[in-house]
Amino acid sequence: MSLAPPAHPFENATHDGSGRRFGLTAMLHTWTTSVDHKQIGILYILMSLVFLVIGGIEALLMRWQLFFPRAEVLAPNTFNQLFTMHGTTMIFFVGMPILIGLGNYLVPLMIGARDMAFPRLNAFGFWITLFGGLLVYFSFATGGAPAIGWFAYAPLTEQTFARGPATDFWALGLLISGIGTIAAAVNFVATILAMRAPGMTMRKLPFFVWTMLWTAVQMLFALPPLTAALVMILFDRQLGAHFFDVQNGGSAYLWQHLFWFFGHPEVYILILPVFGMISEVIPVFSRKVLFGYEFMAAATVAIVFISMGVWAHHMFCVGMSRTLDLVFAAASLLVSIPTGIKFFNWLATMFGGRIRFASPMLFACGFLSMFVIGGLTGIMLASVPLDFQLSDSYFVVGHFHWVLIGGTLFGTFAGIYYWYPKMTGRMLSERLARWQFWLLYIGFILTFGPMHVSGMLGMPRRIYTYDPDRGWALWNQLTTLGALIQTPSYAIFVYNLVASWRNGTPAGDDPWDAWTLEWTTTSPPPSYNFEELPVVHSRRPLWDAKHPEDPDWQYE
Amino acid sequence: MTTATHTFPSPPPLVAEQGLCAAQWGMVAFLVSEVAFFSTLIVTYVTFLGQDTVGPTPAEALSLPLVIGTTICLVSSSVLIHGAQLAIEHGRQRLFSFLWAGTIALGIAFLVGTAVEWRELIVDHQLTIGRNLFGTTYYTLVGFHGLHVTGGVIAMTVVLGLALSRNVTRDNCISAQLVAWYWHFVDVVWIVVFLVVYVGGRGGGL
Repeated sequence: MSLAPPAHPFENATHDGSGRRFGLTAMLHTWTTSVDHKQIGILYILMSLVFLVIGGIEALLMRWQLFFPRAEVLAPNTFNQLFTMHGTTMIFFVGMPILIGLGNYLVPLMIGARDMAFPRLNAFGFWITLFGGLLVYFSFATGGAPAIGWFAYAPLTEQTFARGPATDFWALGLLISGIGTIAAAVNFVATILAMRAPGMTMRKLPFFVWTMLWTAVQMLFALPPLTAALVMILFDRQLGAHFFDVQNGGSAYLWQHLFWFFGHPEVYILILPVFGMISEVIPVFSRKVLFGYEFMAAATVAIVFISMGVWAHHMFCVGMSRTLDLVFAAASLLVSIPTGIKFFNWLATMFGGRIRFASPMLFACGFLSMFVIGGLTGIMLASVPLDFQLSDSYFVVGHFHWVLIGGTLFGTFAGIYYWYPKMTGRMLSERLARWQFWLLYIGFILTFGPMHVSGMLGMPRRIYTYDPDRGWALWNQLTTLGALIQTPSYAIFVYNLVASWRNGTPAGDDPWDAWTLEWTTTSPPPSYNFEELPVVHSRRPLWDAKHPEDPDWQYE
Repeated sequence: MTTATHTFPSPPPLVAEQGLCAAQWGMVAFLVSEVAFFSTLIVTYVTFLGQDTVGPTPAEALSLPLVIGTTICLVSSSVLIHGAQLAIEHGRQRLFSFLWAGTIALGIAFLVGTAVEWRELIVDHQLTIGRNLFGTTYYTLVGFHGLHVTGGVIAMTVVLGLALSRNVTRDNCISAQLVAWYWHFVDVVWIVVFLVVYVGGRGGGL
């Protein structure tokens, strides 16, 4: 590929490299007023990375406190604030925005559109998400962050137990960023259903786009109940309403139902786009088409609908009723069927392929190996009697970090390594990628593996310290050691992003010899994406263009 | 081998797809999220029905005549707005503006009726949001619905302004159509609220 792709006259107006010429003010103006889906996507990703660092520091502080039994690094109340903010940050201001950001960047490019359906709504969604995050963090300035846990069980959120304004900031910040998420979901649905390139029927969608569509549908169902529940908290606290005020007949139990009706679909919101990214990466690096596209597509829909009926498996210990326990346990086990279909289809895609272990594939394999373990501990927790023993223990903490880091984070890294060349025109360093991968892989196992053991030994989550004679010290020390091994991997990642952006190897249009539409345009794409709108005849339009003698549409 | 291109297979012709446009899908998606929002409030209302230890109860506080009046206003406004849409599809702009203004008037009448009802509840029955669970859930549910009616009235007023400046025509009436969909949704939510709160809920149980 030539070093300098021909510059388009309009390109200078938007792109970072040349934007510096106009000075910092002009660049800030461009980025803050942009309605371009690619710039908004990058803003989402940058926002998530900043919050990832903040959330990571919070985690490290907690690990420091738990290193020795009876340590006094942090006061108990500070510890409570830290785990609340760590969970809230990682779910709402890292996980969701980074996936929405990648979707924002990629969906229009992959379906051959020039932008999202509603560009200004898109910008609104980003900024309100960011300001929601800032609002939650402003609580530190009011004398302390909320100390209610990320699922904020009633009546901890009532005025009686949370006297400062921190909980109000928390509820308001999540409410506002939730509106941003709904705006993004509306935009994804409209874009994917109405703005596909000519010939790209729903059956020819790139798989990542298909999963983004269903993620958006799930956001539309799951976020509004949270919004309503947060409004109830605010009404209770500010207007003296009684929703979760147990003394006046309110119900702490209702909050749990409302929160988990959002909270469980939320974890699928955090994993479905990752399934999509993995389904793009594995075929390209195995040089085969995705195995069982139709079954993968149907499994995605099945996951969306089944996962909306499993929320109360978070509440087995509340004492619902034997019937409800059984119903929700059975529904939870059902989710493993479509997820298993996906898993075996990824393996079948790799089977017999010419596998290239470039960085995206490396992280994709990390995802496969780790996500399956997180899934297995999930099946364990779905069984009611086991959950009675393990609920609210470190076993649960180990389980959900295993799926969120082993699943969402490894998959997101695979996606970022895969699409970074498209976004910047530069390749990320493969050498640094390998350092990052192995430090993360080993550090991750060492952090969260021992949590399963300390959980089975009876260590409850969220305690700020423990007695030396419990026998938990070793496992906590291993966990902290793992966290210290993980930490440099994130530093390497950030360094790689910055260094490669400045002087990475130029990528060219299509560095991975891939098959979807985003690789037909320049890297980075011009602000209008495509000079002329592409016409699509199969799921792999770029394969058709490269192999006119043997196009895919003959077989689909 | 003369020319390779000659032997390449050529793709089947494209079939034009029909369906909603982006703005329509956007409104559908937004309304789906609104259904989820109101479902949560309604479930909460039903959950707390009859759980109060202090009065007033729904049966003591809620009176039907006024609410039947406001309900008639809202349901008939849905009919009017449908008529307005038919009018603009036939290019009859003056009739459209007339029916559209009528819809706005009925929406405002509904809001005024709600204000009168709330005044009665607050002053005569001392029912506030902090009084008991009934007050908490009632004002939240009916209040959020009223907020949506207010939003609809504002949106319809904007469209009326566009129509009076001749910017809503037979070929350019997507804004009117989307606002009408929204208005029908607000109306349907009210019918559910009416049945749950005023018909079923007044007995203290469904």
